[in-house]
Amino acid sequence: MPSKEVLDWLRVDFFPHIWCPGCGHGIIMHALLRALASLGCEKERTVIASGIGCSSRMPGYIDACTVHTTHGRSLVFATGIKLANPELTVVNVMGDGDCAAIGGNHFIHACRRNIDITAVVLNNSIYGMTGGQVSPTTPIGAYATTAPYGAIDPPFDLCNLAAAAGATYVARATVAQPQLVEQYIKKGIQNKGFSVVEVMTHCHTQFGRRNKLPRPIDNINRFKQVSVTKTKADAMKPEELEGKIVIGELMDRKRPEYVEQYLRLIERARGQVA
Amino acid sequence: MAEVAFWQGNKAIAMGAIAGGCTFFSGYPITPSSEIAETLAEELPKIGGRFIQMEDEIGGIAAAIGASIAGRKAMTATSGPGFSLKQENLGLAYMAEIPLVVVDIMRGGPSTGLPTRVSQQDVMQARWGTHGDHATIAYAPSSVQECFELTIAAFNASERFRQPVIILGDEVVGHMREKIVIPDAGSYQVVNRKRPTADPEDFVPYKPDPSDDVPPMASFGDGYRWHVTGLTHDEWGFPTDEPSEIETKIKRLVQKVNRFRKDIVRYEVFYGEDAKVLIVSYGSVARSSLRAVREARQKGLKVGHFRPITLWPFPDEELKELASQVDVVIVPELNCGQMLLEVERAVNGKAPVVGKSLVNGELFQPSDILSAIEEVA
Ligand SMILES: Cc1ncc(C[n+]2csc(CCOP(=O)(O)OP(=O)(O)O)c2C)c(N)n1
Ligand code: SF4
Repeated sequence: MPSKEVLDWLRVDFFPHIWCPGCGHGIIMHALLRALASLGCEKERTVIASGIGCSSRMPGYIDACTVHTTHGRSLVFATGIKLANPELTVVNVMGDGDCAAIGGNHFIHACRRNIDITAVVLNNSIYGMTGGQVSPTTPIGAYATTAPYGAIDPPFDLCNLAAAAGATYVARATVAQPQLVEQYIKKGIQNKGFSVVEVMTHCHTQFGRRNKLPRPIDNINRFKQVSVTKTKADAMKPEELEGKIVIGELMDRKRPEYVEQYLRLIERARGQVA
Repeated sequence: MAEVAFWQGNKAIAMGAIAGGCTFFSGYPITPSSEIAETLAEELPKIGGRFIQMEDEIGGIAAAIGASIAGRKAMTATSGPGFSLKQENLGLAYMAEIPLVVVDIMRGGPSTGLPTRVSQQDVMQARWGTHGDHATIAYAPSSVQECFELTIAAFNASERFRQPVIILGDEVVGHMREKIVIPDAGSYQVVNRKRPTADPEDFVPYKPDPSDDVPPMASFGDGYRWHVTGLTHDEWGFPTDEPSEIETKIKRLVQKVNRFRKDIVRYEVFYGEDAKVLIVSYGSVARSSLRAVREARQKGLKVGHFRPITLWPFPDEELKELASQVDVVIVPELNCGQMLLEVERAVNGKAPVVGKSLVNGELFQPSDILSAIEEVA
């Protein structure tokens, strides 16, 4: 049961939510709300943006300024919102398909700009909402409705992608470590720049049933087994890391933030006019 | 004192946007619209506004919608293929009722088509390009002066009706340079969206004002909390499957514009009084047509010109009235007959309607239109 502070951030009038019982998305929403509440964010100045997918239904349940956009495009809506009003705290939630397939281009460009938005990627390695099709993060060999013989497309490592593209804070955890998820989202929001928090979650309904993990608990147990901390992983050989999920803060650095740069540009332009 | 300048149409659209209160532009370069982005990249920072070049046209419209939700008057501009890319999010702006101006400087198509050549092949895309039902407001400027003035009008209409409004320019209008009289600030009306007066706790974001069917709009950051979605939603902005709520929402999207059709529709008539031949044309084609009409008059032919300025809503009632006194209507168009169908619908059998289409990337010569007149006169 959420604490009162967290409950305050929920639009309970709109429950029951659409997620399947046991879906990992709820754990992540709870972690996000704990992060917002403990940072003392104000609902009227907090924007939660999302694209389309099961994960992207999250903003509807959060009592803040929320926007549910088109599939893959939430980061560009969020970019407009942040640039229009830099005083807003902007968090973007999206699924793996939303983020890396249809929205892949927007994702790398948001990283490149280093705009002050926190992207929470709910990576369940499948398309949940549309019924279990393959995603750019489905592991090789896993089954999906559009990969009935097992996936052959190599998956993306979203954190490596984000770090290479310029994001300044990049962290990963699984739904088996909800405290870490909360902590990383908090750090992401505090980071002045583009932050990516990848949360490995499960879709037992679509992915699990086809891949021998039909119950939520099977998935949580698996996450516990295969998670390795970054510190440990750094000392491991590539073969040993096969099939493991590296969790931890994978990037934390400073680079000029986009909106700050733009506000400086305005000063320069106005100086020239004056 | 109003200032006089020698501007390109695209520059006039950019400056008209600023005059209309625009402080946000996001887009992706494409010929023949790029000068709009280039002008605003230079001008917006000077007034504390924002310009951002996005990674593609989809990002261009999405960021502009985001900025509008956060309280700014926002615009994006593009041409043919870019306009196609914007359609999905244009639909979101209709559904979520977000004010926005979208400029399409038409070039020849389909596909990459003719980047530097004129056409009017996007008029139906402007009306029906996105999926789903909604009302469209689109202005077609025919001069540099109008590029400026209609962009202000487009912002005003988008703020008043809470929806995207389209400027459908064509390559010739966008690229031609001519004299413009820049009106003094304060000499024209600037409309701002209706803000809620309700207490934030009582705010129902999609509850329409019965006087105009338009709900007042809060901005993210101004003390109200609300939910924006492209899903069909109820008055609270939350997804609904309730048939009556769905129907109310979709019908209101159409009705809020239809109800005020008279305020929106603009058109111009020359030599209408005694015309027996009526030319109907818009955008750059209206320039050639008018010249042809004048030449025909000098030859004693009773020819008039009707120019729709709003292509949507189409001035059909007004055209029908005029058409009932003429013997024939000629529609010269830079496409294979898109607006011709609308004209036929409007004229409704009162006079025969003849199309004259040109799709070779060139603009009609006045002599082309004059010979079309002479054929029927
Ligand atoms: C333009 C467009 N293409 C396709 C879809 C259909 N669609 C809806 S959600 C989705 C994928 C969802 O997967 P993911 O982003 O991983 O989120 P999840 O549902 O797994 O949380 C797709 C393909 C759409 N809504 N819009
Ligand atoms: S389909 Fe999968 S991702 Fe969607 S709610 Fe159900 S379990 Fe969650």
